[in-house]
Parts: sequence; structure tokens; C-alpha cells
Amino acid sequence: MGIKSIGSHLQVKGVRKQFGNVEVLKRLDLEIKPGEFVSIVGRSGCGKSTLLRLLAGLDVPTEGEVLLDEERVRGIHPDTRILFQDARLLPWKSVIANVQIGARNGDKARAEEALRLVGLEHKAKEWPSVLSGGQRQRIALARALAGSPRLLLLDEPLSALDALTRIEMQELIERIWQEQQFSAILVTHDVSEAVALADRIVLIKNGAIAIDIPVHLPRPRERNSDFAYYEKLILDHLMERGAPASVLAVSP
Amino acid sequence: MRQWNKNFVITGMGLIVPIFIVILWQISSINGWIAANIMPSPLKIVSTIVDLFREGELLEHVGITLYRVSMGFLLGTALALLFGVLNGYFRTIRYLLDPLIQALRNIPSLAWVPLFILWMGISETSKISLIALGVFFPVYLNLVSGIQGVDRRLLEVGWVHGYQGWRLIRHFFLPAALPSFIVGLRSGLGLGWMFVVAAEIMGASKGLGFLLTDGQTTGRPAIIIASILLFALLGKLTDYLLELAGRRILRWQDSYESFGRRKAL
Repeated sequence: MGIKSIGSHLQVKGVRKQFGNVEVLKRLDLEIKPGEFVSIVGRSGCGKSTLLRLLAGLDVPTEGEVLLDEERVRGIHPDTRILFQDARLLPWKSVIANVQIGARNGDKARAEEALRLVGLEHKAKEWPSVLSGGQRQRIALARALAGSPRLLLLDEPLSALDALTRIEMQELIERIWQEQQFSAILVTHDVSEAVALADRIVLIKNGAIAIDIPVHLPRPRERNSDFAYYEKLILDHLMERGAPASVLAVSP
Repeated sequence: MRQWNKNFVITGMGLIVPIFIVILWQISSINGWIAANIMPSPLKIVSTIVDLFREGELLEHVGITLYRVSMGFLLGTALALLFGVLNGYFRTIRYLLDPLIQALRNIPSLAWVPLFILWMGISETSKISLIALGVFFPVYLNLVSGIQGVDRRLLEVGWVHGYQGWRLIRHFFLPAALPSFIVGLRSGLGLGWMFVVAAEIMGASKGLGFLLTDGQTTGRPAIIIASILLFALLGKLTDYLLELAGRRILRWQDSYESFGRRKAL
């Protein structure tokens, strides 16, 4: 697809976020290297979606700063795109017009290219209302890709899909990410999804980073015993089953 | 073809009750159960309309009334669009203007008539302005509430993709507010028809409203009822056209109504 863009370099420095008297994020530090795929995992209400909104520039931190390629994030960055939990297609625009929203200056050729990338070019003239949930989410992905993002933020984008569609979507996202080389941050509560996609998994608990583990598995990832090892590792932490600290140091 | 048949059946169902009433009315008139000087028979009314049409008077009356309603409707809608977008989108303007508009809205239509005649005389301008005033309020109200009710999650899509100002209004606010705007247009048109009667009764030498008062002063109930029926007919017809246009504009809507029309009855 067109010009290959190298991913953004993202730094989160001492970020704190407070809503009223509730402290949602407590002095968080995080770095994402260009082209890296990081999953942020946590139970609902742990602050992971808030973090994503701060990274997107949809919200401002109470304290600290978010840096994108050494520059402070102020508002929404044109190189950053978000895939939301719900597809959020505009019902009054055709599929292609929806994708064009994501393309710079509404470039139609670019939108068609993005639509081909997700394999739905034959749906260009349909209304979103006639599509299935999986198709809608793929259109939303095409909309995000049409802007050639350097940072793609994924806010539990697959949680509303059925199991088979979800695996298909994961493979699609992985393939496109490998081709386009943008940086990606996936917020999810689905541990298996995080292991399937991420280079690194960051677990957030009560507004702070509990663990930060690299995933050393070859891509495309097969759901074998190594995969299960990572799944169990993250799940144990998530459920506070108290995995022995020694396990962290050993990689399979 | 099937779609056409279905629409035909739906329209036909709406006609059953009115036709039944007309038949009953005609029978009552023939048998003398209703006095002819109070309520002429349907056939008498039809022949009155036909006579008016032959003399060329009818088209003149209908034409001028339609002209007044359309001009007033266009003017009122244009103003409602302007104020609706400004007040819906800009909070400061809404706080400044909306309370005033809400207060003016509660003034009964007839109360405006003397003032408008005083300001603009018995002219087309005063009639069209009065109709525009009537059209303005429902269109404005529905547009503002439509704009305010736009799904925040969809707006976020706009913000994320750098849509601001007029582009955000054009691509997000206006289309999202369209369903409620069309509801506003339809009730605005209804009020337009009410206001045209008020305007024409107060002072006009032509138009259906004039025909109505003319029938009253010359003691011809057939003319009165004929004008009332013509109002109903024209009102329904223009509303139907607006509904058709609305359905076409909103064909993307995935609603119960559009679903019902697609599926078998």
C-alpha cells in the first residue's frame, strides 16, 4: 500500500489521570518503539481505556506527558488512528464514503486501496446497515488504514465479534501490521488475543503497570504449548493467583 | 413490481375508512337525515368543485394558496436551518437566543395577524411572513434537538480524523440530525397550512381561505366544505410528497418502518 510509513515512537512519562476525586492512572511510564506491537491488558475499570484515550489525544493527562516522536501530544495527531470497540460507521454514508473519512483529503483511490486490503472492495457501494458485525469492523479497520497511520490504537476492537471472526480479524490485523510497519497498541481483556498479536504485553492493575513481558513467539503464532504458557502466565497475574516470580525470568 | 403492489395495498388500506364515511354520508343526505342547508351531500360538493373548476376560479384560488404556502415554507425552513445550526452547534449562541425563541414560540398564531397586517399591510409579504413564522418553530426545534442528540461516539470518529467546524457540521451533525429535521419539516408544513388559512381569512381577495369566508358570507355551505376538503387534500398531498422525499433521503436508515416496507405485509 502506497508509501510505507515507519511507526511512531511513543513515550509516556509520569502520566497521572484523575476524574474528580478518583485517580484512574497513577504515575505511569511506558515506551513503545517504532513498529512495535504492544498489548495493554487489564480487568475492566483498571484504567486501560483511559490510557488509550490519553495516547490518542482524546483526553489530557492530569499530570505528566505523552510524547509522540519526542513531541508532546496535544489533541489528535494526524498520524494516529483509532479502531474502536464498535465499528462506528456513519450510517448515512456508503461503505466507500466511510473509508474516505479516514483518507487524507478524502482521497478515493486511497480508500479503495484500504478496502482491498481488508478484502471488502466488493462492498464499496453498500450501506453499513446491511453488513455483518465482522464486516463492519473490517470497514472500520480500512478507514483507519486509509490514513496511513504511524500509530494504530486498538480499543478492544474484536470483543463484540464471534470467536471465528475474531481469529480471522486477528490474522488480518497481524498481516497488515507486518506489511505497513506502524506502531500498534491493543487494549484488551482477552489474554489469548494479546498473546496472539503482541510483541510485548503490559498488564495494568489499579492504574499502574503490574508487569511488562516480551512475548518471544514466532509469527504467525500457533496456539501450541508455548502460546498456552504465556496465556497462563498473564492470566495468573490478572486473576492474582500469585505466579512465582521466578517464572517471569524464564522464557520458553 | 411486488414492491409497487405492496405500496398500493398500504395506500388502499388508508382509503377504506374515508370511502365508507362518504358513502354513509351520501345515503344520509339522500334520505334527508341531514339537512342540505347545514351539510350538503358529497355529490353536491363535488359538483360545486367541478363548477368552480369550469369557471377557472378554482385553479386561481388553489394556485395562489399553494404559492403562499410554498414561499412561506421555503423562507421559514431557510431561517430555521440557519438558526438551528447556529444554536445547535454553538453553545453560546444557544444560551443567548434559544430562550427568546422558545418564548416567541408560545404566542398563538392568530395573535400575530394584526401585528403583521399593521407592519406590512394586507399584502403577499405579510401573508408569506406569517406562514414562514409558523413553519420556522417546529423545523427549528426539531433541528436543534436533532443536532444535540447526535451520538458522541460518531462525533469522536470525526474528531479523530481531523473534522472540525463546517466540515464536522456538514458530514456529521447535519446528516445525523436529518431524521428529526424531516419530522420538523412535516410538522412545519402542517403549521404552514394552518397559518395560510389565518392569513387568508384576515384579508385576501383570492385563495382557499378567501373562498372559505366567501362561502360563509354568501351562505353557501357547499363552498365552505369544498374549501375545507381542498385544504385537507392539498395538505395531505404536500405532506405525502415530503414523506416520499424524506424516505428517499433517509434510505440508509435501518429502522422498523423501512424494514416493514421491504418485508411482506
